Amino acid sequence: MPGTSTLERRLFRLQRLSAMVLAVCLVVHLITMILAVQGGLTAAEILARTRDNTAWLAFYLAFVLMVTLHVPIGLRNILRELTGWPTSRVNLASLFAGFVLLTFGLRAAWAVFLA
Amino acid sequence: MTQAIATEASVVKVRVWRGKEQGEYQAYEVPRQPSQTVLDIVTYIQREIDPSLSYRFACRVGVCGSCAMVVNGQARWTCRTHVDKVAQDGEIEIAPLRNLPVVKDLVTDMAPFFDKWAKAKGQFQGDTTRHDEFARVEPESKQRQAVDLAIECIGCGVCYSSCDVVSWRPDYLGPAALNRAWTLMNDVRDTGKEDRLEAVGNDAGCLACHTHTSCTELCPKQLSPTASIAGLKRMVR
Repeated sequence: MPGTSTLERRLFRLQRLSAMVLAVCLVVHLITMILAVQGGLTAAEILARTRDNTAWLAFYLAFVLMVTLHVPIGLRNILRELTGWPTSRVNLASLFAGFVLLTFGLRAAWAVFLA
Repeated sequence: MTQAIATEASVVKVRVWRGKEQGEYQAYEVPRQPSQTVLDIVTYIQREIDPSLSYRFACRVGVCGSCAMVVNGQARWTCRTHVDKVAQDGEIEIAPLRNLPVVKDLVTDMAPFFDKWAKAKGQFQGDTTRHDEFARVEPESKQRQAVDLAIECIGCGVCYSSCDVVSWRPDYLGPAALNRAWTLMNDVRDTGKEDRLEAVGNDAGCLACHTHTSCTELCPKQLSPTASIAGLKRMVR
């Protein structure tokens, strides 16, 4: 089934490309966290950084988007190997996980921008 | 320490798998000999104690690859495994290869293993005849060097038996078949590359490898199927 192979190859590539972006996102995120907590961590300080800041909004939107691509593909592989479920059920479960990640991720990014 | 105990003891306590998929370990005591191999032990049991024991071997010297079994939990060539090396407190447990149907006792059905070589398009495809000139392959070329690193596989099944992904996904082609595909993908004379890449470039092929490297760790020929599979992954478009 060449169709299936093409899909699998696309997912494989997408997972690796998203991982490359995620690596950068994680480094930025961690460095920011470490620097930010030097003087103690407060909600006010975080919101002061993110509120109305389109650069941070864009950064975290990209972060969320990459997580939404990366995690369900990995989860799909894990579920397939560990559960032996039919591919349709594995796909559905992974899509649901992606939907949850996207919803809560966007909500968080948007919330700290508007707050 | 283990070695000293095994050498001093006059017998080796051996537990051997008897039966098919369902079965049990049976205990034997085999006289200890200097430089004794695990294959010697199995042969002794069959010839001197229990002629109903089934096992497979041919060359006895690590050329043919037919005597692979799981010895104390690890797949090995029994002909090249000295008792000294693997006995734990003078005891050895011998089982058939994993991830393959058991025919009887220590004999596995290798058909699924080799069927996957065919599925991975492991046959050379050429477009020349005996009337054509010999192909000239530069020994120092990058492709020939890649082939050199992977070509010595004798199809013993040790890697296949040790691969976690094969045990999770029975349709996964496995390290040996993919390693074979990699050698042909680097063969400048081969004309079947497109079909082969289609056959191995999917989730039952090279994309499924988790790089656990059990195959590379245990390959008796010190090949690295992991590296071959990584090479295939880079070829996939």
